Amino acid sequence: MDDVTLVLSGLEPLIITKDSNFVNIGERTNVTGSRKFLRLIKEGNFDEALSIARDQVEGGAQIIDINMDEGMIDGKEAMVHFLNLIAAEPDIARVPIMIDSSKWEIIEAGLKVVQGKSVVNSISLKEGEESFLYQAREIRKYGAAVVVMAFDEEGQADSFERRKEICERAYYLLVNEVGFPPKDIIFDPNVFPVATGMDEHRKNALHFFQATKWIRTNLPHAHVSGGVSNVSFSFRGNPAVREAMHSAFLFHAIKEGMDMGIVNPTMLEVYDEIPKELLVLVEDVLLDRTDDATEKLLDYADRFKSEAKTKEKDLSWRENSVEKRLEYSLVKGITDFIEEDTEEARVKLNSPLTVIEGPLMDGMNVVGDLFGSGKMFLPQVVKSARVMKRSVAYLTPYLEAEKSTGRSSAGKIIMATVKGDVHDIGKNIVGVVMACNNFEVVDLGVMVSADKILDAALSENADAIGLSGLITPSLDEMIHVAKEMETRKFSIPLLIGGATTSRVHTAVKISQAYSNTIVHVNDASRAVPVLSGLLSSDAESIASKIKDEYDHVRTTYLAKKSAKTYLPFEEAIKNRKEIDWDVTPITKPSTLGVQLVENVELEVLAPYIDWTPYFKTWGLHGKFPALLTDNVIGEEATKVWEDTQRMLQEFVAGNLLQPKGVFGLFEANEENESVHLTGDQYKGTSFHFLRQQTKKHKDATNFNLADFIAPVHSGKKDYIGCFAVTTGHGLEEIVAKYEAEYDDYNAIMAKALADRFAEAFAEYMHEEVRKKHWGYATTENLNNDDLIKESYDGIRPAPGYPACPDHLEKASIWKLLEVEKHTGISLTESYAMYPTASVSGYYFGNRESQYFGLGKINQDQVAHYAKRRGMPLEEIEKWLAPNLNYDR
Amino acid sequence: MKAQLNEEAKKRILVLDGAMGTMIQRYKLTENDFRGDRFENHPIALQGNNDLLALTQPTILREIHDAYFEAGADIAETNTFSSTTIAQEDYQLSDFAYELNLKSAQIAKASADHFTKLTPNKPRFVIGSVGPTNRTASLSPDVNNPAFRAITFDQLVTAYTEQCEALIEGGVDGLLIETVFDTLNAKAAIFATEEAMRKTGKTVPLMVSGTITDASGRTLSGQTAHAFLISLSHAPLLSIGFNCALGAAQLRPYVDVLAQHANCYVSAHPNAGLPNEMGDYDESPAEMAAQIKSFLDRGLVNIIGGCCGTTPDHIQAIAELAANYTPPSIPQEA
Repeated sequence: MDDVTLVLSGLEPLIITKDSNFVNIGERTNVTGSRKFLRLIKEGNFDEALSIARDQVEGGAQIIDINMDEGMIDGKEAMVHFLNLIAAEPDIARVPIMIDSSKWEIIEAGLKVVQGKSVVNSISLKEGEESFLYQAREIRKYGAAVVVMAFDEEGQADSFERRKEICERAYYLLVNEVGFPPKDIIFDPNVFPVATGMDEHRKNALHFFQATKWIRTNLPHAHVSGGVSNVSFSFRGNPAVREAMHSAFLFHAIKEGMDMGIVNPTMLEVYDEIPKELLVLVEDVLLDRTDDATEKLLDYADRFKSEAKTKEKDLSWRENSVEKRLEYSLVKGITDFIEEDTEEARVKLNSPLTVIEGPLMDGMNVVGDLFGSGKMFLPQVVKSARVMKRSVAYLTPYLEAEKSTGRSSAGKIIMATVKGDVHDIGKNIVGVVMACNNFEVVDLGVMVSADKILDAALSENADAIGLSGLITPSLDEMIHVAKEMETRKFSIPLLIGGATTSRVHTAVKISQAYSNTIVHVNDASRAVPVLSGLLSSDAESIASKIKDEYDHVRTTYLAKKSAKTYLPFEEAIKNRKEIDWDVTPITKPSTLGVQLVENVELEVLAPYIDWTPYFKTWGLHGKFPALLTDNVIGEEATKVWEDTQRMLQEFVAGNLLQPKGVFGLFEANEENESVHLTGDQYKGTSFHFLRQQTKKHKDATNFNLADFIAPVHSGKKDYIGCFAVTTGHGLEEIVAKYEAEYDDYNAIMAKALADRFAEAFAEYMHEEVRKKHWGYATTENLNNDDLIKESYDGIRPAPGYPACPDHLEKASIWKLLEVEKHTGISLTESYAMYPTASVSGYYFGNRESQYFGLGKINQDQVAHYAKRRGMPLEEIEKWLAPNLNYDR
Repeated sequence: MKAQLNEEAKKRILVLDGAMGTMIQRYKLTENDFRGDRFENHPIALQGNNDLLALTQPTILREIHDAYFEAGADIAETNTFSSTTIAQEDYQLSDFAYELNLKSAQIAKASADHFTKLTPNKPRFVIGSVGPTNRTASLSPDVNNPAFRAITFDQLVTAYTEQCEALIEGGVDGLLIETVFDTLNAKAAIFATEEAMRKTGKTVPLMVSGTITDASGRTLSGQTAHAFLISLSHAPLLSIGFNCALGAAQLRPYVDVLAQHANCYVSAHPNAGLPNEMGDYDESPAEMAAQIKSFLDRGLVNIIGGCCGTTPDHIQAIAELAANYTPPSIPQEA
């Protein structure tokens, strides 16, 4: 930083050097200049007011001027409120703020809420030197630059001489008395209207130009600014003339040294495109070249009444070479021009394959690099892939015609969700990211058996296999695949991913089954570097490094495991949750038995959606809605949010997901760790639960869900519920439609959104049950945040999740509620639910009931559990594998 | 004549001390240790209020300052990172803010004077640590109400003025507004230092050190390194720099930006690497010094030290390295 360059800052710097182009100050967030903005502020519609600020920044404003000087509003409060809101919008706050007011208290309040180096607009000698100096000193303490109006005790400067005199006096007061840096002083020598019909106004523009030149020559490092639209005040209602006047005014003012100004960019004609006749007339007026200039321009204006032109979005990138355009489309995820550009590139390069290997891959490499360095986010990459796929789809017929097959790729990977599992969102995202990085991805889909995976790997001559799964039994299936790879003497790397997988499990269990490389990659951005490394010339050393690392994880884990203490099952039972059944309230459900929930509109469910996990699916981590304004991911999150809202509206409007639900409430008692239904009709049905077995601190309990149901010996009649819901019917068609359009972005979005709807449905139904059907919470009144935080009585744990990890329990629920018949949700051989956008679980109503994680258990309990279930120990051990504290 | 920080900075690269918290942890202090006799009956828990040790365990603070000076540090930071009325509110100790600062400054100053006496050719200094407080003036803590602010500029100025007055009265040789994650808080602190210097009638050099939160290269409040520098360019700074959140290797590009554009000295006190899965810092002194070397080779910094996870061993490694370099001069103003 030097002493001559004006530097300002929002979230980002603005550096105004001698060579900078004219700095454009946005003017529409000014209540005195914009009737719309005034109305919005008066109505308190700050959201829309913010979008005006955003439009300006997107439209190219480098500074935004904010003014709240209006008699009907509390200017100080409005200024502070609006500036605070802007601070939460990174796409606006990136530019410096111009705090514009004629009231010092508003300026000072504004200075106290902006972190960047802003500009005060304005101070003047109107009230004399004392207050001028005071205000300048204060502004200095807040670290802002300042606009000084050509105004003194006598009034506003309206001639060249007065402008010169006032600016000179102000400049030396600031520099000599206050120590104000000259580079931080900006003069506004008053832009006044011309062509008003009054003789004294004829030289208004000319004097402004002269004053500008004088200031820039005689007051070192000071700047000149002004509000341009004033000059054309007499031509309100005639945009064509106004635009020409603004443009010509700027042309001359900039020539004389005006280096910033308040200009509405949509009210500006390109100087060279002003019709010759009009330009001459306008310049005659501005420069006061003829006596009848005003009359002539008025005549012309009457003849030439036209509508303001609407300016297009910035499409200047379209002027670049086709290669650059393709890259731009890929990086920005724009599909609008992809086919025409692809065609142009195909003709230019005379080969469809060269288009793919040249500009398309170059573009995707840029995307890959940006993603790898954290400058792009997952949703953007998925959008880029959509552009890529469209382009490749366009080229495919030509490729076939040329019979040119294979293109050079970074490697080929087989991807699949393992047998018994149907979850594929994460796998699809990883697939997209891999494809973006020039990997050839062969996606075998969901529920793929080990044989099929390995056969495909052989026939495709794959370089690696990637397995995915969400439910815990999939972990065992992955071990199975690994064992098969060993048996069939594979040597290619195996990648493991999915929500329940972990580095520890991979190291301890899966990698033991296969003697070649196995690596856990749980997010899309990790997959690329890992696989690239494993397929590079360094593969051997990388593989051995991974092996060492996993050996270390394994030994540490095994050492740790033995350090933890477990209670004998009998003792764990003694440390159960004790509820005083004589005191605790038990409400008898108003309706017992099985009930269907049908005809629920998606619109009703939408407010129950918890969005935080939704964004997590997109690799955007953070709490909703704060993540929308996050400095790093906020912009992308907001785009995803807007796209999601659009899709949500479509779903709601067409009720495209057909929610179906069923639940039942039953009389029940606990005995011997299980819950047994006692109603005549349901006798013989039991729910089996497991108890925590780790040794706890004193006072802490070893929980079992069954503890929340009154035991038989209490003599109390108690109740339990269970349920299943889905919002997955109709999803397949939607996804198929997008996939046919090579639109992974929307396909993934539809699946993720359906998942959230299923959770929302479960939340909604739970509330209905608590309030109406069971009716123990008739007075409950919670908003969505409270629901997400689960601040209500009772829980709805799901089989396969931490409190009750045994997926087999779903079979009991399915039988009891006839889930498949009522809702169309089926269970796979691993007890995954299909459609995947489904949720099932139990209802516990006791106010003491709570969620917990089972953790590891010992064989004494597993044996007990096997007996309760009436199943062989070995089989139950397979299902509970992730929870066993011992090797089977 | 008494040695001056700014004069000394011309002669050699000055080494700041390392982490206070990491050292305090080594003492494994209990709730009772934190309370001492004086706060025996305080209504709420005080364990973890490191700043309180100035009143209850002054000997420990003295030992830590001694250890850093012994290791070769030129400058000790007072143990006052959270000694504002605002940050002490959590412990219901706002009323003690002035005393915390005064005592901490005196403890550190006694240690510095002791070492200066031992090696008069290498004078040791104390700078008052002025932390960010636990509230942000330009960010809302309430996601549903983005215009809300938990603290105002004026409230910050009041709190910081009291802190800086006490630090100056306690004898500090400079003030360091550090770990700035919201530039508006720092602007309030700068505003306050002017007030405090006016009230005490003493002028001390001013240093600022911001925090780049992560690889986005921005402060928590969203500014780039360059925007951060510009926003504070009105203050008469001895130095500007970055500390915390990142290790030396990750911090370097941002310090680079400051070195390129600042017209005052540049400082850096990075963490000992990034925290591992357990939240501990495990970069060794040698590893850290190797990275700091690239700062020195490029002539980026005049003041160098350590933040979270650094120990006297780290500072010793850095000090031994820094001794081999001549200090870069401030770029001549054009």
